[in-house]
Amino acid sequence: MSDSAILRAENLRVHFPVKSGLFLRQTGAVKAVDDISLELGVGETLGLVGESGCGKSTLGKALVRLLNPTSGKITFEGRDITHLRQGQLRPLRRDFQMIFQDPAESLDSRMNVRTIVEEPFRIHKMGNRVERRKWVDELLDTVGLSKASAERYSFEFSGGQRQRIGIARALALKPKWLVCDEPVSALDVSVQSQILNLLVDLQKEFDLSYLFIAHDLSVVKHVSDRVAVMYLGKIVELADSEEIYHNPKHAYTKALLSAVPIADPKVKREKILLEGDVPSPIDPPDGSAFGHRIGHPRYEESIGMDLSLREIAPGHWVAADPCCLEQDDWKKVSG
Amino acid sequence: MSNGYLLEVDRLITSFETEQGLLRAVDQVSFKIPAGKTVGIVGESGCGKSVTAMSIVRLLPQPSGKVLGGEIHFKGEDLLHCSDKRMREVRGGEIGVIFQEPMAALNPVHRIGRQVAEVFRIHKKMSKKDAWDAATEMLDLLRIPAPEKRMMDYPHHLSGGMRQRVVIAIALACRPDLVIADEPTTALDVTVQAQILDLLGSLQSEMGMSVMLITHDLGVIAETCDEVVVMYAGRVVESAPVNELFENPLHAYTKALLRSIPTLETPPKSVLPTIPGTVAGLAEYTHGCRFCQRLGRKSPVTRERPKFKEVQPGHWLEICKECSEL
Repeated sequence: MSDSAILRAENLRVHFPVKSGLFLRQTGAVKAVDDISLELGVGETLGLVGESGCGKSTLGKALVRLLNPTSGKITFEGRDITHLRQGQLRPLRRDFQMIFQDPAESLDSRMNVRTIVEEPFRIHKMGNRVERRKWVDELLDTVGLSKASAERYSFEFSGGQRQRIGIARALALKPKWLVCDEPVSALDVSVQSQILNLLVDLQKEFDLSYLFIAHDLSVVKHVSDRVAVMYLGKIVELADSEEIYHNPKHAYTKALLSAVPIADPKVKREKILLEGDVPSPIDPPDGSAFGHRIGHPRYEESIGMDLSLREIAPGHWVAADPCCLEQDDWKKVSG
Repeated sequence: MSNGYLLEVDRLITSFETEQGLLRAVDQVSFKIPAGKTVGIVGESGCGKSVTAMSIVRLLPQPSGKVLGGEIHFKGEDLLHCSDKRMREVRGGEIGVIFQEPMAALNPVHRIGRQVAEVFRIHKKMSKKDAWDAATEMLDLLRIPAPEKRMMDYPHHLSGGMRQRVVIAIALACRPDLVIADEPTTALDVTVQAQILDLLGSLQSEMGMSVMLITHDLGVIAETCDEVVVMYAGRVVESAPVNELFENPLHAYTKALLRSIPTLETPPKSVLPTIPGTVAGLAEYTHGCRFCQRLGRKSPVTRERPKFKEVQPGHWLEICKECSEL
């Protein structure tokens, strides 16, 4: 792995205990993130897709240390941050920020926009009042909001403008990388494209790295350099975005892609319909989780197998899973 | 049923009583739904799609929402002026409604079985036992695994996709002629969305019903609809058969909407075309062309209300010198 990575996660696990019974003994665990390794390059966007409940948001939160990992290692610019305490983390918090899905809920409706965007500076004791005022004005300008909007309250704005406020706040401390957790899924299409353009522009201007979490695959494809597909707490496929969309290897990736509705009535495709919903991450099936869902005949065989990611082509990683790969591909990764 | 149309909405006006006065959320909307077809209503939030639907089944928020004008004919019957009693028979009986948020549409303190059986009890006057059996059959039709067990569950026991199936089961219970589906898959994952749309499509051809599908997702429209109605700021700006609309959009708003969505084919990180400005608030709606208003055009032509005309057979368009191309 190269040294250009700003962030690296190795064998990261986030498990939540399930307690039951009279004495609330731990009876199981929700394996929200289960043995995930990834890295994020400078100025790169890594897209993260998967169905709801697959653990994508948990992974995002664990990487910015809003959640404590159960095991594994997170390194930021070569420094191990896995076990830093809150006080030690605080100076680093400037470097990683988060943009949330619902701008209405992530902005305090009793604060005006200036107070919201200024808050990071106050917490980190940066600048005096005059300077902070100037910085806020500049930030609002960067995200395309007028100066006058600083004195208004978040509920006075439309969804797209609120998301711009959230972005301004996240950019305040000049972070190096951001987790964008479904930043456009609450927005209308015409506003969605404005926000996506803004995120792409900001990335070029400030050399930002993004972990871009979304369930809309066309949006993820649009903004990402590489895409990771998550299923039940694990990454099952990881490749360049063009590669993963044109040459998907894992059966789950194929099913996800075929489910995306295409805005062209002349395109008639055979859809791969998955039965049922995402299974519960509480004590997931042994072996191939996806093979279990689709009732694959080779499922029994996959129990106890090493299903970790293998490089099937340069830069294209896929889980070595007999249930989810074509014969040829399976031979390549297992042989 | 007149000339093959199941539902005809003609110059519908729906207003809301607010602090700023009476505001028109739906301003002379007209469209028709042919028997057995799927008509998609597409537009951004606040454009009046849901208000139009709720006007049809008389479920507007009370007392503020009122239908002030226009006509709604369902199988030739005037739905605006029928009695409340008749409306209750139509709603749930001949017109089924699927709401967006399945958790909000189901009662959290009653078992699934009771909520589905209720429809049969009320509309078909069935006995408790018969209604229960019919409800179980309905869940089975919706491909819900182990329907007998699910009948005893509460809504929170089910996943989002299963809940939406229950809501659909309730809407389809009386084998309605028309189903109004208001963003039925917006809250769901793409994989579950594909299942639900597939299911809805096969039930539609089985039962021969019409579907009015309200969505903001042009992909869903392209894959499921026969005809499309594009709404903007309380008005229909364009309506046409689906292939015609996607191949030959004539209104600037439709074109902008089609261009602004990223597809799997757009080059990564390229600049997406956007629509400048934002939709005006209800109180600021102009009498003239509202898309011109969004773009900040102020020429005198745009102050007059644009005419809504059939420009080609089946292709209706709001004629504005700036926004429509003829």
